[in-house]
Amino acid sequence: MPLPKLLYTTTFRLSVLFLIVYGLTAVMALGYIYWNTNVLLIRQLNQTVQAEIQGLAEQYRQGGINVLARTIAERSQAPGISIYLVTDKNGQHIAGNLKSVSQQLWDTVGDVRFSYKRNVSTDTSETRQAFAKTFRLPNGYRLIVGRDIEDRHIFSQVITTVFWGLSFMTLIGLSGGWLVSRNLLSRIDRITAASQTIMNGHLSERIPVQGSHDELDRLSVNLNDMLDKIENLMNGLREVSDNIAHDLKTPLNRMRNRVEAALRDHNGTEKNIYRDALQATIDDADFLIKTFNALLSIAQMEAGSTKNTLLQIDLVPVVRDIAELYEPVIEEHGMELSVDMQGSVMVHADRQLLGQAIANLLDNAIKYGVSGKRIDTKEQPRIFLAIEQKDRFAHIMVADHGPGIPQSDLERVLERFVRLEQSRSLPGNGLGLSLVAAIVRSHRGEFRLEDNQPGLKATIRLPLL
Amino acid sequence: MRILVIEDDLETSAFLTKALKESGHVAEAKHDGESGLNAAREGTYDVLVVDRMLPKQDGLSLIATLRAENVVTPVLILSALGEVDDRIKGLRAGGDDYLTKPYSYSELLARVEVLARRIKPEEVQMQYAIADLTLDRLAHKVTRAGETILLQPREYRLLEYLMKYAGQVVTRTMLLENVWDYHFDPQTNVIDVHISRLRSKIDKNFDTPLLHTIRGAGYMISDATS
Repeated sequence: MPLPKLLYTTTFRLSVLFLIVYGLTAVMALGYIYWNTNVLLIRQLNQTVQAEIQGLAEQYRQGGINVLARTIAERSQAPGISIYLVTDKNGQHIAGNLKSVSQQLWDTVGDVRFSYKRNVSTDTSETRQAFAKTFRLPNGYRLIVGRDIEDRHIFSQVITTVFWGLSFMTLIGLSGGWLVSRNLLSRIDRITAASQTIMNGHLSERIPVQGSHDELDRLSVNLNDMLDKIENLMNGLREVSDNIAHDLKTPLNRMRNRVEAALRDHNGTEKNIYRDALQATIDDADFLIKTFNALLSIAQMEAGSTKNTLLQIDLVPVVRDIAELYEPVIEEHGMELSVDMQGSVMVHADRQLLGQAIANLLDNAIKYGVSGKRIDTKEQPRIFLAIEQKDRFAHIMVADHGPGIPQSDLERVLERFVRLEQSRSLPGNGLGLSLVAAIVRSHRGEFRLEDNQPGLKATIRLPLL
Repeated sequence: MRILVIEDDLETSAFLTKALKESGHVAEAKHDGESGLNAAREGTYDVLVVDRMLPKQDGLSLIATLRAENVVTPVLILSALGEVDDRIKGLRAGGDDYLTKPYSYSELLARVEVLARRIKPEEVQMQYAIADLTLDRLAHKVTRAGETILLQPREYRLLEYLMKYAGQVVTRTMLLENVWDYHFDPQTNVIDVHISRLRSKIDKNFDTPLLHTIRGAGYMISDATS
């Protein structure tokens, strides 16, 4: 992965910013504590050592070298961090727990820092840091009083360690941020790549989903659902334009041929040739207009233009009106309509559109519900129309005992212009069920075709109010 | 009757005025909203046929302006937009009837003639009679030659509508719209079957048929035997 791109990711920037703020705060706090403690300790050390030296110098003035030597020998016995040494003018050890004096120590007057060896046990010694003041007594004697500051040294070492620890943490933080960003970036890159592919026309491509159920996954799933919908619409559109080309061109062509044939007959030898041709042309035009209207209705329904016309209505009178409208024609076709509904069933619907949907289903039942093998031939073929309330949904069912639709075609017949072989001979434009499906969809309902064993059962499912 | 056609397509308006004249009416045409509005204001027309989309002033606002000026001439709206929503908008603007393009001339003529005969509320008759057939709207009773005829509620309303416009052609779509209040186009001849049932009740046992089928147009109740 190219580094610059990584540097621009939000995660990486955030982690860097966080690390900088956090690191700076920690370093500043540590530094402050270290510096303050140091100053305080040195001052304290200075003061105690100074006081002790003055005390010892006083003893020398009053009692001479012997008294001083004894006091120092006594104090050296006490355990602790104090360092003492008294030498003669040649640097010879007279008393004190510091065994020898280095050149550096000998040359300096006043404050000095030095390292010395101290016995830890009988045969091992270690080098330790110390701070001391040297003082020249009269007659060439030297007095050195100091304190072991190895502990303070250790403190500074701890601070240094903590600092390195912090640096290490920063490094880990940075690499963590880098890793997270890289992971995120690679996922975003995959999403971008997928959308590029889709934009290039591969509509069936989908955005990868990791399965981690995180926010990116949820976004991807949502985008994929949207793509499904878009793909469906696009496929619908493609199919429709193909079908329109076929199903509208055919009658147009037929119309044209008929007019041409009539015109070829110059003398009008056949008696009514013009009249018949014109009448047939009007019939063809009417068929085309009906097809065109149905197509437009479907398109408008799918564009969501019905939203404003949905009202709270009772389904029962709507269905009853349609049943009453169709009953005579059903009987005319030698069938019987049995209606089963009661009470009131309130839904959000457009009476006109829903009425049309039910009418279309009844039209179909009349057309296809009669032929086919009936078990009891004496019984009149029936069309069933019913409303049921189930699970917060209203089910409007139109069923017949006709030949039905083969299982494999149940989905397909809802598509525009699809007409099954068996129905080719009957009038129709193959849009009836598509229109029903579009109407039901615009009502946020569900439309299903099922095997009625035998026959077809169409169900419109609408959410109850 | 005098009919004003406001339609911007020259060929369509020429066809309509010619056909209306052939049907025995006086027809004039205007080709944009502005001149149409002026003509409708000043002239004395029985019916206005207004295209919904017009240059200069659109059809719906033209109708709304007329209604605001208390011009109550019945209006038939012609429109390429045929959805439920469009129809409602058209009627709300003050249109009296709505016809979706493309339409057949017989449909347009039947609607124009029914509109021209629009019965004002104060003229509503309580009884319709044609020859020996009477329909009493108060008693909801139908008799022919003194004999009571029992009708289903919908058959009664069908007959009521036909008799209200007796002597005029009424199309199948008009019946579906006015008797059933549905505006779709059934694939099956549902109306014809209702008519034939009604006919069997009012005409079957009598010598003169009153309910006539007008070929290519619709139905008409009339005592003329033509």
